[in-house]
Amino acid sequence: MTARVQTAPFDLAAELAGFGAGAGAIVTFTGVVRDDTGTMAALEIEHYPGMTERALTDYGTQAAERFALTDWRIVHRHGRLAVGEPIMMVATAARHRHAAFRAADYLMDWLKSRAPFWKREIGHDGAAHWVDAKPSDEDALSRW
Amino acid sequence: MTLDVLYFAWLRERIGQPRERVETDAATVRDLIADLSGRDDWHAAAFADLAAVRCAVDQQLADLDAPLAGAREVAFFPPMTGG
Repeated sequence: MTARVQTAPFDLAAELAGFGAGAGAIVTFTGVVRDDTGTMAALEIEHYPGMTERALTDYGTQAAERFALTDWRIVHRHGRLAVGEPIMMVATAARHRHAAFRAADYLMDWLKSRAPFWKREIGHDGAAHWVDAKPSDEDALSRW
Repeated sequence: MTLDVLYFAWLRERIGQPRERVETDAATVRDLIADLSGRDDWHAAAFADLAAVRCAVDQQLADLDAPLAGAREVAFFPPMTGG
């Protein structure tokens, strides 16, 4: 039941060692930097130190209560990440798979729109622009 | 009251600094925005479109009508893009 914010890469296998002991189902999600236009070199992620850790812990705790999780973990990177690098992961552990899947989905919807991170795309030409929030991400929250 | 006011992403860029200490009589976040916007053109430009501004009071997400009584830190930023 931990949330971490870091610049360093994470090792999914290491994160899962000992995670969710005794659970019947473990679900993991990993977000990866993608380039939809062929012009992007990297993503820069800014965050709000202090609030970020608190918000991630709050959302993890909410998910644990709502879906009766036996364990959860959130790791989110910040700083400059090249295309293809992992950005973040969530892992959820529960007695049954539906709860674990739904909790991971719930956490991702909250992280997308309510965790204090801001992405900026850096082009091969060095030009930078802030990524706009998607209305569909905001709509996704209303499912819960 | 004295507040630490923090800015992130393009709000930080438009205002030209990541944080400042502000003396204000603002009762709500919205009052604080009006106070800051009156101080110079950079603040006014950053707060020109409030539909694009989100805030946190003492590191908890809040709406623009949130009261500031007892607050120590207010942060302004665009809609978040985590995950």
